[in-house]
Amino acid sequence: MSTTSRGRVPAVSREHTGRLPRLLAGIDPSGRPLDLVTHERLNGPLPTGAPARLIDEVDRAGLRGRGGADFPTARKLRALASQRVVSAVVVNGSETEPVSRKDAVLLACLPHLVLDGAVLAAQAIGAREAIVRLRERGRRTQETLAVAIAERCDPVPVSVVVGPDGYVGGEETAVINQLSGGPSVPRFVPPRPYQRGYRGRPTLVQNAETLAHVALIARFGARWFRALGTEQDPGTFLTTIAGAVAVPGVYELGFGTPLGGLIDAAGGASEPVQAYLIGGYFGSWIGAEAAHGLRLQRADLARAGLSLGSGVLFALGRSACGLHESARLARYLAGQSTQQCGPCMYGLPAIAEGFAALVDGVADRGERDRVLRWAEEIRGRGACHHPDGTVRLIRSALETFGHELDRHARGRCQAQSAGLPVDPRRERLTR
Amino acid sequence: MSLRVRVNPIACDANGLCVELLPELLRFDDWGYPIVDRPLVPPELQSLARTAESACPTLAIVIEETAEVG
Repeated sequence: MSTTSRGRVPAVSREHTGRLPRLLAGIDPSGRPLDLVTHERLNGPLPTGAPARLIDEVDRAGLRGRGGADFPTARKLRALASQRVVSAVVVNGSETEPVSRKDAVLLACLPHLVLDGAVLAAQAIGAREAIVRLRERGRRTQETLAVAIAERCDPVPVSVVVGPDGYVGGEETAVINQLSGGPSVPRFVPPRPYQRGYRGRPTLVQNAETLAHVALIARFGARWFRALGTEQDPGTFLTTIAGAVAVPGVYELGFGTPLGGLIDAAGGASEPVQAYLIGGYFGSWIGAEAAHGLRLQRADLARAGLSLGSGVLFALGRSACGLHESARLARYLAGQSTQQCGPCMYGLPAIAEGFAALVDGVADRGERDRVLRWAEEIRGRGACHHPDGTVRLIRSALETFGHELDRHARGRCQAQSAGLPVDPRRERLTR
Repeated sequence: MSLRVRVNPIACDANGLCVELLPELLRFDDWGYPIVDRPLVPPELQSLARTAESACPTLAIVIEETAEVG
């Protein structure tokens, strides 16, 4: 894996221009974290403006959450700022999407950027403390955050909490549940964390990348943020590009960039691409032809039935099989059910097995209709959106690769593995 | 003010009383868990809805007031 900016850290604060990279500017190619001195030399010191102004600036910037929900950040901040007591800002660094690496890169290499955002948000909403939720297996990142926090002198206490890696563990109520001493599983809503969260009080749970953007908006302003991206979708975003590309890795691009631009940034396709999975395992497939000319912005994506989600873009090469990959993902996702809700606990494995039977060419008549009926019936019936995300993937696989089912029924698929990770032990983050 | 029926899927243990009491609104899925086909409770079923809420052994049925009109 690699990241874009390979330049050295400049000795003066960077210019306020509409150029890439922004979040990833100054990232050390060796993967070493930027210390506080270097971070402030690159970006300037932590701004000390009035907290209310920060929310206005974030509002004018049009920043939206980068954890998958795409919710307007200023609206979330305002809802919390109006509460009498806010217990915490929780930096959601769980990044349980197996292919996603963007938050890991930020936390491991640019910890002060994320911490700045967390502290600024805490001041803006009157939160008592900031808590960074990290992955259990990220030992080095845990150390990096501990060192970074020790370098700082923040007006609120900042601490680190480590949580398990299950796919659903990053869901905001699961994060709160674990912080409160319970298991890392979702809770029934309402109340949502912004109403009743950590210590039973309103809590801001925000994705790490979103807070990194806040840290730069606070310094350089809304107009700077909007100098890249589009009018409707301003600013930049981090994407993890993986699969049939020459240089898989985490990249920063402006919204509105055409899909081809992302592939080019990743060194171009390493073999002819037949389809893309956009949004991670909760995302959707789109065939390469249908994706031609697709721009990475909300309106275009929505028209194609897609959403950027956590920013994962996986290119499926011609040598692989979309049905096989989707069957593997479906089985993985079914296994990741926290087993709290009957429809998910029983329905997802049945749907995954039925889909796998179709893919293996051993399904009986009516299997496809049954899988689609179960998929329709399961929607909205879990405490979280795990079942909905899973069936969205399966349905998009049937739409995109359905024409190949006949070939599978005749036992004629010769594809190799595409390498989509489903093992919970993820590959080490490498440069 | 109308009433709306929701199921707390974490609390639900598929005991089935809700579907027995409100077959006009709910049905079983293939594993015995309730599907809410019609969340808005018509006036003539409101009393039964309240009964279902208190009859559920795990308190998984939630009857909420809503401003929506059926």
